[in-house]
Amino acid sequence: MSIDWNHFTPWSALAGGMGIGIAAALFVLLNGRIAGISGIVGGLFKLQTGDMGWRMAFVAGLVAAPLVWQLFHGLPTLQIDTGYGMLALSGLMVGIGTRYGSGCTSGHGVCGMSRLSPRSIVATLVFMGTGFVTVYLIRHVFGG
Amino acid sequence: MANITALLAGLIFGLGLILAGMANPAKVLAFLDITGSWDPSLALVMGGAIAVGSIAFAVAGRRSRSYLGLPMHLPAARMIDKRLVLGSLVFGIGWGMAGICPGPALVLLGAGSSEGAVFVAAMLLGMGIFEILERSKSVDRSKTGQHV
Repeated sequence: MSIDWNHFTPWSALAGGMGIGIAAALFVLLNGRIAGISGIVGGLFKLQTGDMGWRMAFVAGLVAAPLVWQLFHGLPTLQIDTGYGMLALSGLMVGIGTRYGSGCTSGHGVCGMSRLSPRSIVATLVFMGTGFVTVYLIRHVFGG
Repeated sequence: MANITALLAGLIFGLGLILAGMANPAKVLAFLDITGSWDPSLALVMGGAIAVGSIAFAVAGRRSRSYLGLPMHLPAARMIDKRLVLGSLVFGIGWGMAGICPGPALVLLGAGSSEGAVFVAAMLLGMGIFEILERSKSVDRSKTGQHV
């Protein structure tokens, strides 16, 4: 392992992370809900009346974020080097996996870890672990 | 009112993702590449989010209603089961393939990225498949009289 100091951005990472934490804090304290993106989006498929509005509103806020950002600043680089086939497969696995696992980076990784939920700690260790292994295999074993 | 605060929370969440660098899949992959030239930034994203989140959830845990008077929906499940582990495993593989998880996917969509749009479409398809499988399972259960 060697740390890539040139791309290490500790302050913006910490500040952005705190922004995410503030959003999760507002959402639980005001709406009484966990800011777990896969749960919020996946719950739309249940088509429960009275439950659709806040879900759609949260998603709209998230999708609007880059547009609001651009009112003040140019967007930072958003670089995707993955091909469309791989992206589609990856999206499919993220969709199914997060629903079976009841959460993703936000629901388990941020909210669940903040609550010290044993389920979320296990889930986060598992998806971080398989994330590390997958990148290792793609970049250093198969990709070369 | 709840819809306005949800919109605001989603917006702040998305702005946080952009500022953190989490909406940039190349940076996420550089974080997941621990044996390559590793960019540890995203560990600080999680750290910053959890530092703020833990205070909020400690307060939320002591309340039965939110400050808007809405019921607190905090997860009650405690069992570490096969679904949790296998689901997270599949999610982790998908995350490692492209460096995109659900929140950043929606931000990329909003940024007008066609790659982001393909990812979101596939992700929604995956969530839809899950929902159909879950529903057919609950129909089976109601036929056989099983209750879970």
